[in-house]
Amino acid sequence: MDEFLQFLFSGLTRGSIYAIVGIGFAIVYNASHVINFAQGEFVMIGGMAAVAITTKLGLPLAAAIPLSVALAALVGVALEKFAIEPARGASVVAIIIITIGASIFIRGGVEVLVGKRDHSLPAFSGDEPIRIAGATLQPQSLWVVGALVVIVLGLRWFFGATRTGKAMLATSHNRLAAQLVGIEVRHVLLASFALAAALGALAGILTAPITLTRYDIGIMLGLKGFCAAILGGLGSPYGAVAGGLALGMAEAMTGGYVSSGYQDAVAFAIILCVLFVRPQGLFGRAGTERV
Amino acid sequence: MASFTRRSALGATAATAILALSWAGAQAQQAPIKVGAILAVTGPASFLGDPAAKTLKLYVEQTNKAGGVVGRQLELKLYDTGGDPRQAVTFTRRLIEDDKVDFIIGASTTGETMAMIELVEEAKIPLISLAGASPIVEPVKRWVFKTPHSDRMAVEKMYGDMRRDNMTKAAILGGSGGFDQSCRAEAKKFAASYNIQIVADETYAATDTDMTPQLTRIRNTPGVQAIIGCGFGSPTVVTARNYKQLGMQNVRFYFNHGVASQQFIDQSQGAAEGMRMPVAALLVGPQLAESDPQKKVTMAYTAAYKAAYNNEAVSGFGGHAYDAFMMAVEAIKRAGSMDKAKVRDQIELTKNFVGADGIFNMSPGDHMGLDIRSFKMVEVRNGTWKLLY
Repeated sequence: MDEFLQFLFSGLTRGSIYAIVGIGFAIVYNASHVINFAQGEFVMIGGMAAVAITTKLGLPLAAAIPLSVALAALVGVALEKFAIEPARGASVVAIIIITIGASIFIRGGVEVLVGKRDHSLPAFSGDEPIRIAGATLQPQSLWVVGALVVIVLGLRWFFGATRTGKAMLATSHNRLAAQLVGIEVRHVLLASFALAAALGALAGILTAPITLTRYDIGIMLGLKGFCAAILGGLGSPYGAVAGGLALGMAEAMTGGYVSSGYQDAVAFAIILCVLFVRPQGLFGRAGTERV
Repeated sequence: MASFTRRSALGATAATAILALSWAGAQAQQAPIKVGAILAVTGPASFLGDPAAKTLKLYVEQTNKAGGVVGRQLELKLYDTGGDPRQAVTFTRRLIEDDKVDFIIGASTTGETMAMIELVEEAKIPLISLAGASPIVEPVKRWVFKTPHSDRMAVEKMYGDMRRDNMTKAAILGGSGGFDQSCRAEAKKFAASYNIQIVADETYAATDTDMTPQLTRIRNTPGVQAIIGCGFGSPTVVTARNYKQLGMQNVRFYFNHGVASQQFIDQSQGAAEGMRMPVAALLVGPQLAESDPQKKVTMAYTAAYKAAYNNEAVSGFGGHAYDAFMMAVEAIKRAGSMDKAKVRDQIELTKNFVGADGIFNMSPGDHMGLDIRSFKMVEVRNGTWKLLY
């Protein structure tokens, strides 16, 4: 039993990390139908900026978190403004390629500026493990899971009760119609990139004490987040949460009960099976092609 | 009169020709010896290539200031592969065909080195690799040498340490990368000869962020006394933290020498306390006995590196490059010229060369030249390395 609990904690922790990253993919996809492959880079920027602000500037973590998130949001806005917007007329595939280019650019920039070493943030509330019924949990895991809950509730409120949120939702449903009722679609795009970047950065800061961070951590976390987003159904933030948790659990349980060598293989096999049966993902809307 | 003039003109021409010839000769004498280097300065293996590149730059400069080798200056041609074997092959070709280097140091990783071997064997250029795994020099390739300790020696040192404390049951925990797999294979192969029983074998992916499932399985394996950790980089830090999280300190944890860096201790934030690993003497230079032959070399290297690079801590990986470079320089001196075949022979004849990694004794059957004594066993104590023996 304590074994199962331990695997459960492991799955919950990594699942929450994947979920927060996956939400960022979903938000940008909603607004633009573009898969933003620079999402992982926002995660990296968040973690790296927090490390730099706490160690180089000597500011406390409480100040570093909002600053890093704001910085990442700025980068997100800049990405939309200077890379995505000029290519407005281009096909979705071209824009996706632009985001890949941007991610390589950002990664390279950080590599040159900060270096290639691993960096670590101290855990927010110490690293004395919490013991529950024979299993142990790092306090930082609670922060990650807690942040996920807060983000989900926050997004629910944002999309349900604010004008900007509703405008974003409307744009995701029908861009042309949204434009016709007076929604400035360009601003929605900007806002979605800023929001996705901010969430990514938050994920990066929360996970840095667990996974460490370095200039290329975004590749790995971005990929897992992307998997979470498709598993849940692209374009559904809550789907990304479910997808992320499912992916994390699958990895942890396979690693624990089957063999650690197969955990990635089994996780990806599950994704393939799900997409085979439900190509639109767990929570995605079935796509309708108009002929 | 006319004939005299003609004769003197002839003489002048001859004199000029001789002068020109000897000048050309002097030029050839002074043409620099070209040192090729293939290193993973960036990318995931940058922790290997970066200190190696810094070390080579530093010592090429120092050697040139001191008048060069056999009267010639050195010229370093360094290429960064980013850890990619295909790049390593491309750059090796460039070093051989375009730069026409005299010998090559590199690559940083085993995979890259293996990809380069065919090229240097064909071009007959000495290669000194800075990568760990034993297949590089086993079987012996005529032109290929290496300086780092092999993973086999690391495993044997760990098993020897277990036997000292009467431990017999070990678990293996390692990544899925090439180095990790090679270490795991050696660990399985040599367990029996040390009377060690492998009771568990767990793997993680390089991208894993949580090793608690693997460690939980090991913890729940009856009788396990020690863990043999095969890996390097950030997964090992995560492993150390999870090891502490699960409260497994009653099971001794060994990591291989690829993990031994101050960075690992710092990032583990206390979780590495009590972990043991076999390391090169360089890492514990100040703790070596005055009588230790490596004391002087390691202290001098440490001082030079720190002075040149802003007090950056030395790592064993820079030491590999130091040994490769110095051994080549010594071989060129003994050969008396930069004749590739003669220098190769002299590298093979290296005896009692005191380096950062140990005392090298090369032979036609051993192109690494280190034995298990060149490893020191250390334990992490109070955030630093404590030399055990």
